[in-house]
Amino acid sequence: MTSPLASVALFHLGPVPITTGVVATWVIMAVLVIGSILISRHLSLVPSKTQAFFELIVDTVDGQIRDTMRLEPAPYRAFVGTLFIFIFVANWSSLIPGVEPPTAHIETDAALALLVFIAVVWFGIRASGIRGYLSTFASPNPIMIPLNFIESLTRTFSLLVRLFGNVMSGVFVIGIVLSLAGLLVPIPLMALDLLTGAVQAYIFAILAMVFIAGAIGETKPIPNSTSQRMPP
Amino acid sequence: MNWLAFASIISAAIAVSFGAIGPALGEGRAVAAAMDAIARQPESANVISRTLFVGLAMIETMAIYCLVIALLLLFANPLLK
Repeated sequence: MTSPLASVALFHLGPVPITTGVVATWVIMAVLVIGSILISRHLSLVPSKTQAFFELIVDTVDGQIRDTMRLEPAPYRAFVGTLFIFIFVANWSSLIPGVEPPTAHIETDAALALLVFIAVVWFGIRASGIRGYLSTFASPNPIMIPLNFIESLTRTFSLLVRLFGNVMSGVFVIGIVLSLAGLLVPIPLMALDLLTGAVQAYIFAILAMVFIAGAIGETKPIPNSTSQRMPP
Repeated sequence: MNWLAFASIISAAIAVSFGAIGPALGEGRAVAAAMDAIARQPESANVISRTLFVGLAMIETMAIYCLVIALLLLFANPLLK
């Protein structure tokens, strides 16, 4: 049985080994980027069916950001929405036969968690300056500085292990059951794996929002009159 | 098979088995509390079940951590190299 922790090199690009996860990641990125460009090229005020569908997705992301962070969603929509859609598509890419989701490899998840870590620092500094961001580490009192510092590292690590463990264990369990039982038996497990993939993408995005909102510190609540709130 | 491999396999089994107990108890409590809340307020069942799913996934992650540790012991054990 091959180790679920190792990744197989597909071919070598000079000295750099290219694994299947990297190829899948780039294909997903290309599909998302080209699809977004094609969709947003001819935006009209009276939306077509496709435009209405994607406006619905953007509106849902906006509503979730507004509910979770209690902020205007515009500065965070691009990062959080891209994070959610990429992880969602990556987790569900196991629907295509022969494709292993790139999030089942630890390096993709490490990159995503690192992105969240950098985004927390960047949004924190942008909201309140370097002094203001550093002062959030001493937020209840200065005794908590080492604990807050360690927490900002360990929560990134737990974000990484959570996504990796969930997706990888789904792939691993399906592989074991497939080698034991054959044709139709793994289908309920695959359905469970799809549910887990969707929920994990949602949780990853929600936790990224919570961490960013924590780094921004005390926030001005948005006035209720200007924001249209999503129904729960 | 040397003693280190033996110990790794035993500890992987212990990690998964004990790591499954806590999340199982926690998920049971969470589902029971959600059932209670839905029985009291059926109109807010949507919000409760959405929050419940997210919470269950968070709790389940604890068991997944133990699974990752077990797989590390079995497949990427530095002592067995």
